[in-house]
Amino acid sequence: MELQIDDSVLVKNYIQGDEKALEVLINRHNQKISSFIYSKVLDKDITEDIFQDTFIKVIKTLKRGSYSEEGKFLPWVMRIAHNLIIDHFRKNKRMPKFEGSDDFNIFSVIHDDKLNAEKQMIKNQIDSDLSVLIDELPDDQREVLIMRIYKDMSFKEISENTGVSINTALGRMRYALINLRKIVERNNIVLTN
Amino acid sequence: MEKIYSEEPKVCRIASAKPETVQFLLGFSKSLKVINYDNMQFETVLN
Repeated sequence: MELQIDDSVLVKNYIQGDEKALEVLINRHNQKISSFIYSKVLDKDITEDIFQDTFIKVIKTLKRGSYSEEGKFLPWVMRIAHNLIIDHFRKNKRMPKFEGSDDFNIFSVIHDDKLNAEKQMIKNQIDSDLSVLIDELPDDQREVLIMRIYKDMSFKEISENTGVSINTALGRMRYALINLRKIVERNNIVLTN
Repeated sequence: MEKIYSEEPKVCRIASAKPETVQFLLGFSKSLKVINYDNMQFETVLN
């Protein structure tokens, strides 16, 4: 049979400097406290944050010596967690809200950058057309262009990956763009949204 | 007709803080020192 040391003894030991006692306390009540927080906030990450903040408060209070032992360690910790949950919801409620008035409309300053359905379709078409054009380029130029534009690599990284100097990579990029423009002009392709 | 249960049943989830969080708290506890001086309390966190 496993001998379970009382919470109050562990708290006393912890206050006297036994760090191991805290570990036992946290592990003993971890599930109860976490489940309690989770049942209110319904989000794992927020649960984790509130759990952490709760125990930071517990640790500080115990180390300051302002905890009075009444044999109610768990209810006390639960109360701290409860208050922090309330703080969390209050903070979210205080998020600034702005509704436009007649003479000033917020949407004239802030707008949605996303394309509408039609423009998105046109963009997809252009992207696919462009990828066909890129396939027409000579291998070395295509390689550099794909690394630079699609993989967002720097010319230094490209030169390391392809085994050519930075200047060569820059040159290939330049020729890739010139050749792309030539193909576009030759075939009268319109690539605008 | 067959019933469609589109709503997820409410299940009581047992949550538990990650071991990393527990480790962090234990580390924090070890590093925190409270010094009393003339009715004042100072907290120091040693790295």
